[in-house]
Amino acid sequence: MSTTEVSRGGAGRALSDGWVVAKRNLIKIKRVPDILVFVLISPIMFVLLFAYVFGGAIDVPGDVDYKEFLIAGIFAQTVVFGATFTGYGLADDMQKGIIDRFRSLPMSRSAVLVGRTTSDVAYNVISLVIMALTGLLVGWRIREGVVDALLGFLLLLVFAYAVSWIMAYVGLIVPSVEVVNNASFVVIFPLTFVSNAFVPLESFDGVLRTFVEWNPVSAVTQATRELFGNTAPGIPVPDSWAMQNPALYTLIWSAAIVAVFAPLSVRQYLSTSK
Amino acid sequence: MTTMIRASGLVKTYKDVEALAGLDLEVPEGQVLALLGPNGAGKTTAVRCLATLIKPDGGSAEVAGVDVLGDPAGVRARIGLSGQYAAVDEHLTGHENLEMVGRLYGFPKSRARARARELLERFDLSDAADRPSKTYSGGMRRRLDLAGALVAEPPVLILDEPTTGLDVRSRQQMWDVIRELVGSGATLLLTTQYLEEADRLADDIVVIDHGRAIARGTADELKSQTGGERIEVVLSDPAQRDVATRILATVATGDVGDDGDGAGRSLVAPVNGGQQALARVLTGFEAEQVEVLDIGLRRPTLDDVFLSLTGRAAEDTTTTDEQEVPA
Repeated sequence: MSTTEVSRGGAGRALSDGWVVAKRNLIKIKRVPDILVFVLISPIMFVLLFAYVFGGAIDVPGDVDYKEFLIAGIFAQTVVFGATFTGYGLADDMQKGIIDRFRSLPMSRSAVLVGRTTSDVAYNVISLVIMALTGLLVGWRIREGVVDALLGFLLLLVFAYAVSWIMAYVGLIVPSVEVVNNASFVVIFPLTFVSNAFVPLESFDGVLRTFVEWNPVSAVTQATRELFGNTAPGIPVPDSWAMQNPALYTLIWSAAIVAVFAPLSVRQYLSTSK
Repeated sequence: MTTMIRASGLVKTYKDVEALAGLDLEVPEGQVLALLGPNGAGKTTAVRCLATLIKPDGGSAEVAGVDVLGDPAGVRARIGLSGQYAAVDEHLTGHENLEMVGRLYGFPKSRARARARELLERFDLSDAADRPSKTYSGGMRRRLDLAGALVAEPPVLILDEPTTGLDVRSRQQMWDVIRELVGSGATLLLTTQYLEEADRLADDIVVIDHGRAIARGTADELKSQTGGERIEVVLSDPAQRDVATRILATVATGDVGDDGDGAGRSLVAPVNGGQQALARVLTGFEAEQVEVLDIGLRRPTLDDVFLSLTGRAAEDTTTTDEQEVPA
């Protein structure tokens, strides 16, 4: 089905409507305990789990502590998983008929998606704050300047925002909320685990290694690790362009994902019918 | 009189199922049209086309003078839609739900709030205004959903099965609310699988099956299409059956039948000019001392209408009640 409707009122209306929708999503953080658990508890769990369970088992070359090496990886993994919220929320709204109500209103046509992806940034901000505090408690330290560290957090959020547009599309095409979980695991598990997030890149071989080197999750992890100062002279930076310019590579990926999935998602939203 | 909803030749096909097979509708301003049919007849598809949620594959439609395909945004500004599944956000309070809808219609915050309060008051939800709507009963949710459709006082209201799954009392309440709305001049398209509901609320009824209209008219017109009135009798003493049958036969326009109760007490006679026929039968019964437990003039119900039009009962196919939200 072709949809060539123009949005009413342009960008200003898209933003104000998007904000109304985002606020509605944010109210749920207070009212749905499950979300709170996901946003608060699971990041703490991940930091502790990896730091203490795998911390001793995985050897990192160079004189960097595994906990320090790991933190950027956990951050990256958690914010990317956080993007599934976008898909989950949209699929849930569709199932409950709320998308129908929105679509029958004379509101901006992209506001529901803009609002959803925006409110999910807030979820990720909360997760990052919680994880950073937990990390500091277990011995993680920021070894570059505060500005660099903040840039690291910002990069994580930008990348997660982009991924949430992929999940928005997934959420709109799947028939039910349950499928979002399965569909997202198929994409997100390999992306986060076949990366340098938890183990050093050197431990991969052959094709897998090439994948890891060019995996955008590796890039965002590498960039964040560098901005936090959690790399050590002993760890060589791989010589692929992506690993040499991880921040730029991450931004290129983020822009490309949004450029592809935002229009796709909006089109799907407009033509969707249960 | 202005036509507020007009659809002609609407066609919508999903894979190999023809949900709409050339549906025509017309609703004059201030009137209520009920789209009546069993599940899967195409009612919801028709509503979704008119509300710009889906695009028909063929045909055209206008709502409040605005072309559904040409200016869908214009249509959305003039309709209020309330769906079969109460589309309220269960985690938001009643007030938050309505305020959000007002904001999305472009109201400033203060006006959206004032309107929310007004509607909550009107739909008897003020006491529950600040509770998350998931704590509401099924009937309260439907009222909240309906209130959402009224936020911008749209000239056209589209209600998709507004009482499906509600208990008798909530349904009655909903009917009162809807009647009041119509009294204030709104044009309303209503879908229902309850024949009684169409009878109670609608000026006109379109009976729909397999995506096309199979009959249209007022409730009375549809009933008389199905066949005339009949006199139904329940005898005190089955032994008087022959006498009673003879008397009924003098006024009947067809065969006097037995109602199939097994006890031989019930008789049915098709008649014309029911009231006089009934009087004559009563006189005859008195003269012959036939005693009855019950006697009455019955007009066909819309159930009979549906049965005679489609060859099957409308409500046999009802399955949506399972999806009812806990009250």
